[in-house]
Amino acid sequence: MTATTALPADYSEAYAREEDIKWVVRDALTMTKRNLIAYVRIPEAAFFSSVQPIMFVLLFRYVFAGAINVPHIGYVDYMMPGIFVQTVAFGSVSTSIGLAEDLQKGLIERFRALPMSRSAVLAGRTTADLCRNVFVVALITGVGYLVGFRVHTGLMSFLGGVGILLLFAYALSWGFAVIGLSAPNSETAQVMSFPLLFPLTFASSSFVPVKTMPGWLQGFANHQPVSLVANSARALMEGKVALLGSGTVGATVVQALIWVVGLLIILSPLAVSRYRRVS
Amino acid sequence: MIDDLAVVARDLTKTFKGGTLALDNLSIEVARASVLGLLGPNGAGKTTAVRILTTIIKPDSGTAFILGTDVIRDPARVRSVIGLAGQNAAVDENLTGLENLRMVGDLNHLPRGEVKARARELISQFDLADAANRPLKTYSGGMRRRLDIAASLVARPAVLFLDEPTTGLDPQSRNDLWEVIENLVEQGTTVLLTTQYLEEADRLARQIVVVDHGREIAKGTPGELKARLGQTVLEIGFLDHEIAVRALGVLGQLGKIPPTRDGHLVEVPVDDGPKSALEALRVLDSAEIQPTTFTLREPSLDDVFLSITGKTTE
Ligand SMILES: Nc1ncnc2c1ncn2[C@@H]1O[C@H](COP(=O)(O)OP(=O)(O)OP(=O)(O)O)[C@@H](O)[C@H]1O
Ligand SMILES: [Mg+2]
Repeated sequence: MTATTALPADYSEAYAREEDIKWVVRDALTMTKRNLIAYVRIPEAAFFSSVQPIMFVLLFRYVFAGAINVPHIGYVDYMMPGIFVQTVAFGSVSTSIGLAEDLQKGLIERFRALPMSRSAVLAGRTTADLCRNVFVVALITGVGYLVGFRVHTGLMSFLGGVGILLLFAYALSWGFAVIGLSAPNSETAQVMSFPLLFPLTFASSSFVPVKTMPGWLQGFANHQPVSLVANSARALMEGKVALLGSGTVGATVVQALIWVVGLLIILSPLAVSRYRRVS
Repeated sequence: MIDDLAVVARDLTKTFKGGTLALDNLSIEVARASVLGLLGPNGAGKTTAVRILTTIIKPDSGTAFILGTDVIRDPARVRSVIGLAGQNAAVDENLTGLENLRMVGDLNHLPRGEVKARARELISQFDLADAANRPLKTYSGGMRRRLDIAASLVARPAVLFLDEPTTGLDPQSRNDLWEVIENLVEQGTTVLLTTQYLEEADRLARQIVVVDHGREIAKGTPGELKARLGQTVLEIGFLDHEIAVRALGVLGQLGKIPPTRDGHLVEVPVDDGPKSALEALRVLDSAEIQPTTFTLREPSLDDVFLSITGKTTE
């Protein structure tokens, strides 16, 4: 082996650029690419993470649909936006699993000694998980269509609904990043995430109208983000009737967006500060 | 004088949660374009020192400068001049060898074209060209280790930290890596390496710092450390442990440092080889102890280590 190493060039220049917005974006893209390659290289993981939402579509369509009666709107059209929200929310758990794995394998240790942007590891992971969610939403839209789901508004409105779902999941990803960086290993990261997600996704308007729940639960279910995101998506995909008479489409969407932006503003700095302190 | 030093650490102290005192006022200086060997038994604090100097964790107290830049106040700037290959290979299992190196190049903000060329160059330099496009999952432990070290060199760092770089490498790869390190140093790179192999420190390091319980317990050039022991080691073998233990007793007064026993072998560090050899044989003879082998050799760093810490390295 022969070594070919020159004396170091002027390094202060590289340093000055470190937090330059260009590098913040480039480093995040480098990390996104790295994570997406992993998703493509482990097709088993991609396969099984899509099997679960498909199973949910089929179970709700053929097991529960007969027993659940929603006024004004067919149950398939009611449940699909709910399944979308549930799927992307659970999909964002992979942020916590992935980061816990990187920590465990010592990769974060290497990244912390590199002159890369401090947010890139997190931005790259959350963005890759966002891409994965896009893929899964497309997939279950297809499955939904096969079992009778129809969009009753327009394409743009449907895409608007999908956009809110994905933004919501992206915001959640930053929260799961905090969990992933705090967990001792990836299995624990996953187990720590579920107790948060189950009440949020099921005590919501995702699968049944909130009016059918006991009074004490309605207060929570009406105002928590999953319900508002599900309602917005439903209204944007199926029209105003899907709101079952409460509120306007505009007001619902605005409330959902306030939740999403609020979560993002609170969770992302939290995750970055957790990343800086982790060792 | 300070300008000749690439790494200056003073009184580093670090206590981990749970109360482990990992570093206890440790000071380290590494001259530019030289190798410093950080030696010490398991848990001595070597990795902790490396993690502090590479900005990964902060010390509780003490200061550290890399090429004049404060590690604690200006870690970002430090990161742009250092390379690190940590104790455990930090590589992405799902990427290929080349992809791993390119990722590190990109994250070091090297120009795009250079990243590609540099990755290719390193992959063949570390004898991984055949496996360049295979995911790391298919690599052996030694291949992974080599890739990890290659990754630390992507940005041609001025100061390189290698935490037990040759652990898990076969003799051929180990020799190759030693050559790589020697070449880098010749061209101006400063290297701080930790190791369990005294042979490695002996061959590569200009200066050695021996740590134990987070403290420096010895320091000097390999030659100086060996000289502390005397010029020669008498290595005397006996039939069994019991006889060796008895021999240890009678040979106690021979050198300036107490002899040590390893199984049925007794090692006596002495200043004057032949004269002490005669003396040793006379003492053994009058105690009616029969040696089975008798060798004179130069002291190794192993002997130094054993005599300072009372422990062997492995
Ligand atoms: N993150 C940590 N949390 C708690 N204790 C730690 C941590 N890292 C290291 N220690 C403790 O600090 C001491 C020094 O550890 P360190 O890893 O620096 O030793 P080392 O010299 O590198 O050992 P080895 O030769 O086994 O690699 C040990 O007692 C270890 O248990
Ligand atoms: Mg160590």
